[in-house]
Amino acid sequence: MTIAALSFYLFALSAVVGGLFTVISRNPVHSVLWLILTFLSAAGLFVLLGAEFVAMLLIIVYVGAVMVLFLFVVMMLDVDFAELKAEMAKYMPLALLIGVILLMQFGLAFGSWSTSEGAEAARTAITPEGVSNTAALGLLIYEQYFLAFQLAGMILLVAMIGAIVLTLRHRTDIKRQNVLHQMWRDPAKSMEMKDVKPGQGL
Amino acid sequence: MLQADLNTILPEIILACFAMLSLIGAVYTSKDKAAGLLVWVTAVIYVIVGLFIATRTTPETAFHGMYNADGFARFAKVVILFSAAAVLIMGQEYMARRKILNFEYPVLVTLAVLGMLVMVSAGDLITLYMGLELQSLALYVVASLRRDSIKSTEAGLKYFVLGSLSSGLVLYGSSLVYGFSGTTLFSGILASMSEGQAPLGLLFGLVFMVSGLAFKVSAVPFHMWTPDVYEGAPTPITAFFATAPKIAAMGLFARVVFDAFGGIVGDWQQILACISLLSMFLGSIAAIGQTNIKRLMAYSSIAHMGYALMGLAAGTAFGVQAMLIYMSIYIVMNVGAFAFILSMERDGQPVTDISALKMYSANNPGRALAVLILMFSLAGVPPLVGFFGKLYVLRAAYEAGLGWLAVLGVIASVIGAYYYLRIVFYMYFGESSDPLETPKSPVLWSLLMVSAGIMVLGVINLFGIEGLAEAAAMTLVN
Repeated sequence: MTIAALSFYLFALSAVVGGLFTVISRNPVHSVLWLILTFLSAAGLFVLLGAEFVAMLLIIVYVGAVMVLFLFVVMMLDVDFAELKAEMAKYMPLALLIGVILLMQFGLAFGSWSTSEGAEAARTAITPEGVSNTAALGLLIYEQYFLAFQLAGMILLVAMIGAIVLTLRHRTDIKRQNVLHQMWRDPAKSMEMKDVKPGQGL
Repeated sequence: MLQADLNTILPEIILACFAMLSLIGAVYTSKDKAAGLLVWVTAVIYVIVGLFIATRTTPETAFHGMYNADGFARFAKVVILFSAAAVLIMGQEYMARRKILNFEYPVLVTLAVLGMLVMVSAGDLITLYMGLELQSLALYVVASLRRDSIKSTEAGLKYFVLGSLSSGLVLYGSSLVYGFSGTTLFSGILASMSEGQAPLGLLFGLVFMVSGLAFKVSAVPFHMWTPDVYEGAPTPITAFFATAPKIAAMGLFARVVFDAFGGIVGDWQQILACISLLSMFLGSIAAIGQTNIKRLMAYSSIAHMGYALMGLAAGTAFGVQAMLIYMSIYIVMNVGAFAFILSMERDGQPVTDISALKMYSANNPGRALAVLILMFSLAGVPPLVGFFGKLYVLRAAYEAGLGWLAVLGVIASVIGAYYYLRIVFYMYFGESSDPLETPKSPVLWSLLMVSAGIMVLGVINLFGIEGLAEAAAMTLVN
């Protein structure tokens, strides 16, 4: 067994085990940690495939940002997981039945599945000679899939507008800091010297 | 190369830039106070862009085939833009009076329209998904625009959860299609199937994609969200849901089945015929029990989608032409019907109960007559234009050898006529109750009258739409 094959099985096994424990662990924080393990193993698989950039992206974006955010959400929101589980148990038999039927259908169909002619060849993405992995991805995103990339930007814009429209409330009953107002404050106007005579008061 | 491509998508670029500029402009200046003006400006921009698309000639494809600018796309885009413009100006007054007219509304609608334009132009699974999501996400937000109302937020949430599920189905189907054909380009998928034979995996992908798309056009059995979303969303938004997104989803449907799977018509014809049949019957029968006019319009739209799908199920160029004609007529009728629903109120509060219409004709004979024409047209009573739409799809189904579907379609249409006629009955013969008020609104009045006028005058030559639809259909099916 070569080192590449050995590390493939290692990463694949830890990815599957991590995924399994994400689902079955009782503590949601543990679930998130198991999910991080799954992502790390998946990153390892990407390196084996020769896609270093995607691997690094997976670690930086998913493990570094998304999962940490998830951890915060899980810890901060007081979600009653026991109740959720009880709710889920009610629908479990039906869900299992549908799942098993679907699986059986796929199993039946699997025997006679074959790809179209030339599909294998068309799917293998080959990095052009003399171009590094990251640069090749950049060429694809900014040249061939330029339109899709820009449209993805528009979708993110919609998400941003939507979040603001649905949640922002302009409150009028709170005091806001007006920086310009503060800077333009004139000492001569805001302070007044009073000469108070002894025994008279203001 | 890039320059030519960008020139081809110039209408989309104009809309995207307009959306972003108006957003920035409104945020930095008067915020919601400018919303009313912005709605009108947006509508004018739609009309200008629509005319621009109708008159220009560009290369048929751009971005390596990911984007189509053929006659079919142009036809659908013009209908989308014009109907969106009509619906925007229709709802402006209603929303302003109920204080839900914020400046994000026209911006979000513009972004949704942008998504629709991309949908009907899609030439690649990735473009398809991007357009679909851009449109859907913007629609989820506008559905819950009245965020203080439980019904509106419920509508938005329901639409979002079920819509995400259907997007998931489309994505899963797309991944199967990609895996088994080796490409995401529609032309490539078409080429990968030799002699009307598709590998089983590709068929699985097709079924998943059709299921997801059927959800977007609210065809049975993926229709459950429609009545609740139509009822919960503010009425101008409901009017929008019932018009532009429907033709966009139908256009996308036609693109997928003809551009990508045109080689295996027999395989998807049976699926489409089945969901078309179910939609026609469920839409007609379930609407009978409704008392809320918005829910009734929801079931009516389900039934109408069934007829449009019948045209598609024919699998011929004439079928696509019939579908385009049917959708255009349906949209004109719906604009008129919703212009009336928007003006229904009592003591300044909107009313959606059908029984409120009792003896409406006594107070307002002109409007009652216009509604009568629209209802007859929706039911498909000859000689109004709605009848010709049905005639086209039935003929297309019959000529394609789906005679049984055409016969059942006629039966469903007779059942469906009951609830349209019930509205007319209430208006003319119902016992009088609290009179319904319809405040004077020149915009709503003229849209209602124009729509009813088209239903009558259109019988002469359908305003020449047949020829345009035929030319559009020829570019899709050949």
